[in-house]
Amino acid sequence: MTSSSKTPKIEMSGVKKAFGNNHVLNGVDLVVPEGKSMVIIGGSGTGKSVTLKCILGLLSPDEGSIKIDGQEVTNLRPNERDELMLKFGMLFQGGALFDSLKIWENVAFGLIQGRGKNRKEAREIAVEKIKAVGLRPEVADLFPAELSGGMQKRVGLARAVAASPEIIFFDEPTTGLDPIMADVINQLIVEQVQEIGATGLSITHDMSSVRTIADYVAMIHEGKIVWTGPIDELDDSGNDYVDQFIHGRADGPIQRRVA
Amino acid sequence: MDSTQNQINPVFAPFQAVGQILLSFFQKTGQLSSFIGKSLYHSIVPPFFPAQLWRQLVDIGYYSLPVVGMTALFTGMVLALQSYTGFTRFNAESAIAGVVVLSITRELAPVLAGLMVAGRVGAAIAAEIGTMRVTEQIDALTTLSVNPFKYLIAPRLIAATLTLPILVLIGDIIGVYGGYVVSIYNLGFSPGGYLSQTWDVVENMDVISGLIKAAAFGFIVAMMGCYHGFNSGRGAQGVGAATTNAVVSSSILILIFNYILTQVFFS
Repeated sequence: MTSSSKTPKIEMSGVKKAFGNNHVLNGVDLVVPEGKSMVIIGGSGTGKSVTLKCILGLLSPDEGSIKIDGQEVTNLRPNERDELMLKFGMLFQGGALFDSLKIWENVAFGLIQGRGKNRKEAREIAVEKIKAVGLRPEVADLFPAELSGGMQKRVGLARAVAASPEIIFFDEPTTGLDPIMADVINQLIVEQVQEIGATGLSITHDMSSVRTIADYVAMIHEGKIVWTGPIDELDDSGNDYVDQFIHGRADGPIQRRVA
Repeated sequence: MDSTQNQINPVFAPFQAVGQILLSFFQKTGQLSSFIGKSLYHSIVPPFFPAQLWRQLVDIGYYSLPVVGMTALFTGMVLALQSYTGFTRFNAESAIAGVVVLSITRELAPVLAGLMVAGRVGAAIAAEIGTMRVTEQIDALTTLSVNPFKYLIAPRLIAATLTLPILVLIGDIIGVYGGYVVSIYNLGFSPGGYLSQTWDVVENMDVISGLIKAAAFGFIVAMMGCYHGFNSGRGAQGVGAATTNAVVSSSILILIFNYILTQVFFS
């Protein structure tokens, strides 16, 4: 990765996390430069989601350091954590839309409840964001259960970017979508992240998604980052783990546990 | 390493099993205590979510009214009938009004309302919050800078603690009315005599103790529903187990605390 004199937006070093005897993260080191899109790739159960949840503060790491804008965030007090959360936006794998709220209320949720904006102003922003992700404005007054999976993903994206966060996390953004809808979501992610100038951190095992949205790629295996570099170097990484993963080969250093 | 080294001597196996049960008990107790502490803290420290509180007041209070009202009505009616059957053997029919009002206000209205609300509301809270946990909606709240304890737990806790005493007060009136109807129209008591006997027997403390019990039971129902929902396991099975645990644990706790509070008030 190219060196930069600027403080990284996200910096993880030696992060470990275990659940009982299951050591999921075994010393994750990762640097995400400001304004860039980092994608973490790796198989199921290798620690991608746990890495993301440790950065977000949804899980506490057992060891190691996580810095956002150079500030250590592993042991923040609740009010400091709430402040930090204002910098974040997140697109969840399943959308995680609130069933009891209308679409516009979902999109505007962080603006109204988290940032104290009035409902009228928040609704206007929400409808703009709904249109920006390619949905009709009438969708604003529907409930999540009335939308298809692809539409829910778009709403999730609109909610993630509604408050113009500094860092946006994407958890398997194209899982469960058909290839065309997956590409639409990928394009929208690139557009929206560029528009607000945010730093992106995604986890996925969809290689077309990686090639569309990544500036940098990190490969995680058994709870450790085994390779990281610019997207241009992905095909010539010289790393056996990366080569096996991106070509989807059964033979190689990554042995899948089937039992 | 030789795998047999990890195997415990069969002689010590029962001690290991007891030790694991004890450790699990202390772990669960600590987890629950921490959850209760956090819930209470976030219930009294701003920001508050009044719209959420109003929604829960309606859901827990208003919509439980038919269930609690029907339970109290028929309990009062049955109590009058059963008391009559027993008391006629001792020529003590005049005590029926007193038995009905004391039983209803001190015990039956708060306990039965608590159990009915545990079934209706406790299960619904655990299922709703459990589903939100499983579908990552609780994580989504956190990422949107909204504390789930303030948004989900505190309104339910406050609403259940406030509304159950009101439900029980209404249940007291309906229950006594049920006993009155049966006594007047079925057993041939005089309306004036029945009412005067009721007023002569009942004291403020009988009603107040029932309302305090109701507030405690409301707290228990909401707390158990929230706790089990919040810590729900994955998938439909996890949410189902959370719902069952919420109802069973709150029902048992209601019966235990009913005894403790009765001991405190009337010993």
